[in-house]
Amino acid sequence: MTTPQASQLDAAQIQALMAIVGPDAVKTGDEIAPEYARDELVSTSSYPDAVVEPANTAQVRAIMRFAHTHRIPVTVRGAGTGLCGGSVPVHGGIVLSTTRLNRILEIDRECMTATVEPGVLLLDFQKEVEKLGLFYPPDPGEKSATLGGNVSTNAGGMRAVKYGVTRDYVRGLEVVLADGEIVQLGGKPAKNSSGYNLVQLLVGSEGTLGVITKIILRLVPLPALRMSLLAPFPALATAIAAVPAILNSGVTPTALEFFQDKVLHAFEESMGKPFPHTGAPAYLLIMLDGNSQTELDAAYAAVAEVCLRQQALDVLIADTSERHSALWEARGSFLQAVKAMSEIDEVDVVTPISRIAEFIMFCDSLAEEYGVRIYSFGHAGDGNGHVYLLRDAMDDATWRQRQDEVMRIIYQKGAELGGAVSGEHGIGRAKRVYLHEQVGETYMRLLRQIKQVFDPLGILNPGKII
Amino acid sequence: MLNVIVCLKQVPGTNEVEIDPQLGTLKRENAATKINLYDLYALEAAVNITDQYGGRITVISMGPPQAKKAILEAYALGAHHGILLSDRRFAGADTLATAFTLAQAIRRRESYDLILTGMQTSDGDTAQVGPALAEFLGIPHVAYVHKVLGIQHGTEKTITVQADMGDALDTLQTQMPCLLTCTKEVSRPGLPSYLRLKAARERDITVWTYDDLKQETGPAYFGLDGSPTRVQKVFPPSKEQAHERWEGPPAALARRLYARLQEMKRI
Repeated sequence: MTTPQASQLDAAQIQALMAIVGPDAVKTGDEIAPEYARDELVSTSSYPDAVVEPANTAQVRAIMRFAHTHRIPVTVRGAGTGLCGGSVPVHGGIVLSTTRLNRILEIDRECMTATVEPGVLLLDFQKEVEKLGLFYPPDPGEKSATLGGNVSTNAGGMRAVKYGVTRDYVRGLEVVLADGEIVQLGGKPAKNSSGYNLVQLLVGSEGTLGVITKIILRLVPLPALRMSLLAPFPALATAIAAVPAILNSGVTPTALEFFQDKVLHAFEESMGKPFPHTGAPAYLLIMLDGNSQTELDAAYAAVAEVCLRQQALDVLIADTSERHSALWEARGSFLQAVKAMSEIDEVDVVTPISRIAEFIMFCDSLAEEYGVRIYSFGHAGDGNGHVYLLRDAMDDATWRQRQDEVMRIIYQKGAELGGAVSGEHGIGRAKRVYLHEQVGETYMRLLRQIKQVFDPLGILNPGKII
Repeated sequence: MLNVIVCLKQVPGTNEVEIDPQLGTLKRENAATKINLYDLYALEAAVNITDQYGGRITVISMGPPQAKKAILEAYALGAHHGILLSDRRFAGADTLATAFTLAQAIRRRESYDLILTGMQTSDGDTAQVGPALAEFLGIPHVAYVHKVLGIQHGTEKTITVQADMGDALDTLQTQMPCLLTCTKEVSRPGLPSYLRLKAARERDITVWTYDDLKQETGPAYFGLDGSPTRVQKVFPPSKEQAHERWEGPPAALARRLYARLQEMKRI
């Protein structure tokens, strides 16, 4: 497979792109805003030669035909909220922005599906379906992400404990292949045993196999009631160790998050808002949903009793919308709060649930040994803890060295515990090395062969995953 | 050891109060209820005060028997004792009759040092019951308390508070017993505790009816009969919102915004 070189598009080629999408929908040179050269976390930036904003599948097809003929790299970009460089055009070329592909095409109440274009924002979509009493459960922290981005990274989020991740809601895709051919994968049926499941191969493929132009998503009924519990614990270890017991209580929480007091301090400091409880070293935040108050009362009592048996100091009840939102709005801004303190690097390792306590405690113990602040919080209920390294005042060389050492040890530990490199953020550019180290050569060869079938010229998001 | 009384009201569970267009009354049926938000700030302020100075918190609520739920919740938030004033003859009370009924109940108790209420309720928004209650009891009151600065034990007990007067903060010292109505600044409400709630299920709630409170006054002061206010019409307030959309280069927009803010005397 060839890796295309960064190609400066010539004037005629820019003209050709303008002819496809209209002159206003092609940006070059200084017109390209800096965010098109990076994503949310990776500090390295790489500008594309052009940002192209198609408005429909036909235009995407024409762009791909053009790129294929001229062997120009194409990096698909949604809202650019990724965390591992997936949408950064590291080889230049075209950034294909899905911003204008932002229509909800259909909500089919009988099939309980929605057909959307990839540029629809998660938050707009959730709001729209909830108006109809329907529910799209995947709930990654970044609500201004696009659905196309969510599908491309198989985004997870807090509600994965009960409802699963983006993958579990994708029924069908329309995909423009590297050479401009259009293919329909899957569809509305609830079941499908018809050969290889290409829908699921495309989910999480980070724009390396095709350009998604339509998505058919499964919806479920919106639960009538939700509430939360906040359980303070005497230590991080006891908090996370309580997670398997909660999951075995007969109640499946919607979400089950953990965090340490230092994250709360960061939140209160940077957001200037009080959190409803402070003073405990660690917390579990548990969301429950249901359709009747009686059912919900019984569920929360069962979970509360388990927490107390697992040494929780108390269990606090967030049973009104104000209380519930205060907790989850805070939880939603933890990452922002930590980022406000320092440049960070993140780990998105997922482990079997039985090992998450060991993994998080291990990461926590590295802070002192390596002289770097390490904050962790995240999805205790599905084994996906997020661990953040803070740069603070380190100079470039020290920071790089420290990152490298600590990351390597953390990923090794993750592998040792039977975990995976990324639970929900993807591999992108930032985590390729760790993926390769963990899965080995045979696995990587299969990935490269698959890539070869879909994209023999290597023009789709080159430099990512493999 | 302070005796602190906190008045609580159960209000509709959602912030958007629905109005029945035919009857012109608030739709209350089927609606979940919650404790009025400002009352939660008052209760938490009471918890802070008794944490610091020692004491007991009694909550009082007037409402239907279901309002026991609010008292249980107050127990889960740190109250020690609860009194529910519940009688059909209390129904339909306006702010005057409500304040009178609460005053009768508080008079029945032996002694108290401090009464806290929310500055207003989310369903009525009158902000009258607290001050009216203080007048019936003949004690001083401070409305819109923003911060409790401290309690002084001199020859007589006094409390120093900061009250939010909109354009100024007044620092006031008043003798106790007294009544304070609380803003959202006064405390940081905690969440109900499951442990306390479990313990509270064993604890009783005192229920007083008309017969317990009538004393020498007779029925004319309670409920609808004791309410001179007549609600002519209930309607949702019109929402006044103005939007302007400006376009142009950022520097020009910034200058224009600055000029407009100056014109509006915001800067």
